[in-house]
Amino acid sequence: MTLPVRRFDALVVGAGGSGLRASLELARADLRVAVLSKVFPTRSHTVAAQGGIAAPLANSTEDNWHWHMYDTVKGSDYLGDQDAIEYMCRRANEVVIELEHMGMPFDRLENGKIYQRPFGGHTQDYGSSKMAMRSCAAADRTGHAMLHTLYQQNIKANTQFFIEWMALDLIRGADGTVLGVVALEMETGEAVIFQAKATLFATGGAGRIYAASTNAFINTGDGLGMAARAGVPLEDMEFFQFHPTGVYGAGVLITEGVRGEGGYLLNKDGERFMERYAPNAKDLASRDVVSRAMTTEMKEGRGCGKDGDHLLLKLDHLGPEVINQRLPGIREIAIKFANVDPVRDPVPVVPTVHYQMGGIPTNYLGQVVAPMNGNPEAVLAGFYAVGECACVSVHGANRLGTNSLLDLVVFGKAAGEQMARDIRALPEAHPDLTAEAADRPRARLARLDATTSGESVHVVGADLRKTMQAHCGVFRFPDDLAQGVSRMKEVAARAARSFIGDHSKVFNTARIEALELDNLVEAAMSTMVSAEARKESRGAQSRSDYPERDDRNWMKHTLWYKEGNRLEYKPVHAKPLSVETFEPKARNY
Amino acid sequence: MRFSIYRYDPDRDTKPRMQDYEVQLEPTDRMLLDALVRIKEQDDSLSFRRSCREGVCGSDAMNINGRNGLACITKIADLPDRVLLRPLPGLPVVRDLIVDMTQFFKQYYSVKPYLINSDAPPERERLQSPEEREELNGLYECILCACCSTSCPSFWWNPDKFVGPAGLLQAYRFIADSRDQAASERLDNLEDPYRLFRCHSIMNCVDACPKNLNPTRAIGKIKDLMVRRAV
Repeated sequence: MTLPVRRFDALVVGAGGSGLRASLELARADLRVAVLSKVFPTRSHTVAAQGGIAAPLANSTEDNWHWHMYDTVKGSDYLGDQDAIEYMCRRANEVVIELEHMGMPFDRLENGKIYQRPFGGHTQDYGSSKMAMRSCAAADRTGHAMLHTLYQQNIKANTQFFIEWMALDLIRGADGTVLGVVALEMETGEAVIFQAKATLFATGGAGRIYAASTNAFINTGDGLGMAARAGVPLEDMEFFQFHPTGVYGAGVLITEGVRGEGGYLLNKDGERFMERYAPNAKDLASRDVVSRAMTTEMKEGRGCGKDGDHLLLKLDHLGPEVINQRLPGIREIAIKFANVDPVRDPVPVVPTVHYQMGGIPTNYLGQVVAPMNGNPEAVLAGFYAVGECACVSVHGANRLGTNSLLDLVVFGKAAGEQMARDIRALPEAHPDLTAEAADRPRARLARLDATTSGESVHVVGADLRKTMQAHCGVFRFPDDLAQGVSRMKEVAARAARSFIGDHSKVFNTARIEALELDNLVEAAMSTMVSAEARKESRGAQSRSDYPERDDRNWMKHTLWYKEGNRLEYKPVHAKPLSVETFEPKARNY
Repeated sequence: MRFSIYRYDPDRDTKPRMQDYEVQLEPTDRMLLDALVRIKEQDDSLSFRRSCREGVCGSDAMNINGRNGLACITKIADLPDRVLLRPLPGLPVVRDLIVDMTQFFKQYYSVKPYLINSDAPPERERLQSPEEREELNGLYECILCACCSTSCPSFWWNPDKFVGPAGLLQAYRFIADSRDQAASERLDNLEDPYRLFRCHSIMNCVDACPKNLNPTRAIGKIKDLMVRRAV
């Protein structure tokens, strides 16, 4: 049996912020583009971003891209690639102004310019104690405003969407060139080959490998799984960001913008404890720093509630006017998910998994790169990745708040531009596909169809999430990590045998969850194995046995390969594009 | 807790049926969506859409005891002991609680839901005063969940001709934007016995909106503009 083939110039997998920014660029370049998404575009997880998008517009405080670049390098704990960081910060104003021109409803200052608020780790004058107001915000719904605006522009540009189609696996030619994907139409259950001259993954993160996560159900690392199964390494997967303020018990995100507007954290003694950990930036220190401080407070018995297992985020002193105007969504979330009205009472919060700094290795043009013939970063023809599924790496070991939305639009646009250039340089006709092109996904589907008993997909999935939560948290311990690796191997073996009861063709969400589990396994395994191997503490990786950063041995990027569960390393790009290197130094806030 | 849920799989069923479930909830299960996830653990063939689980993506709209709402922000504590779940009314059912939203989105696209401004863009942002920006509040926050349009009798009767509350809310979102230059075209586009004027201010949409938006008010403002430009 052969699968039907559909051919396009460009294929974009994922319709969140980065995918839609790339598809817009491609559609405007008059190329034949197909965008595949397993959910309707405005259901993508970008919609949940709250606090803002970084750009040194200097609308309220003096600012420039050099300062932003310094903050991002420092925030990354010097693991970020400085060429990519310079590229992102230099293009920030351009892409944010473009979003405004597209109609994005930013909040406004009295003079009519875009409203900007302070955010963690964003400073003036290379890390001085003065915070920069750099986060361009649409109330606390910036992601919603941005995602809808980008989707609207794609409607205008007549982009062709394949909605509720799930990509299953990558297709590579004999020479390794990426030729497209096999995808499943959820409504009919039919699999189709999408062939393209350029394939972009914009599939988002894998925050759902943890039991407690701010992430949507759909964030199952599909792009990571597909890349890993096709022999592409995953970079820096040990660096998972814990956001300081997830709603206690529910995991729903409370934006750092609350602290940007003047809110702060309290322990059970009513103490503003961040003053002890970060005397300058206090509650607006980097997220890794705040999450560790909170975890330490709880560990040392200063947590709140009868079990001492959360802290309090106080914002009532901002007054109902500021809360209703700048943080209306937060008020809604607190009332619904924490049963408190923040106009009167503090919100119980706990550090919660939020963002994956690692991903599919790319350069700053969105091209996927991997070691080949002695070159640690050979371009993998036909393959591109942007957004949370990619590792450029601009976030290094820890991302600054508001840099993720920026990452989406800068590199979404850059990848779209690069794909258009590359497609024009290729011959008109598509290369022939081999007979085996769709073998892997067909085997995966056939296994699910044929398996009628065993362990349920949801049971294995729950164990995977529990294992990650218990063995690879804010603080990491050597025994936990070693045990975590062997547990994950068991989970992977169980996942490969797991079964679903539903064998219907039509909108079979059990089958989708089973296919997602395969991707979660690759994301979780790469995270655990990479964390176990990195014998230092840097950014989001904090080890009890190696509490210090070790630049001599570990200022390098991890590359994890599915085959053999093996690791390689590659150097960090210390050299920016045009300015001097920011040399690593001790990181204080 | 007991549930009675609309089930239909065209691959197996000749006609829809209601299926009863009894589910043991954990103390951490607060929202209806948590309960649905538990039921799916018992019976993985139950199909529904879900994503953000915090009321911002608009995936899990359904008819809950006769009212449209989002499962993820409907508190279990506020529900009776027996819960009746059906797909959103008025749209074709794909399977179980999943409806075909093609018609809903067609109407959304029909209002040209994007900013139209043909001036060369300035180097910096287009200026907009806080008061002008304020006009967009209550409009731009729509999550396209379709709770409103599928609770509207006018939309049930004429889904192909009446834009419906969600689409009209978006039409007004752009009419109201000080940066948009196409207000008069947009009004032309709605000047029709069906597209706008099938709204009879029944206000089910206001009742149904899980984001507390008010499509009826936006529709009223469009009607005002129509009248004003006619005289």
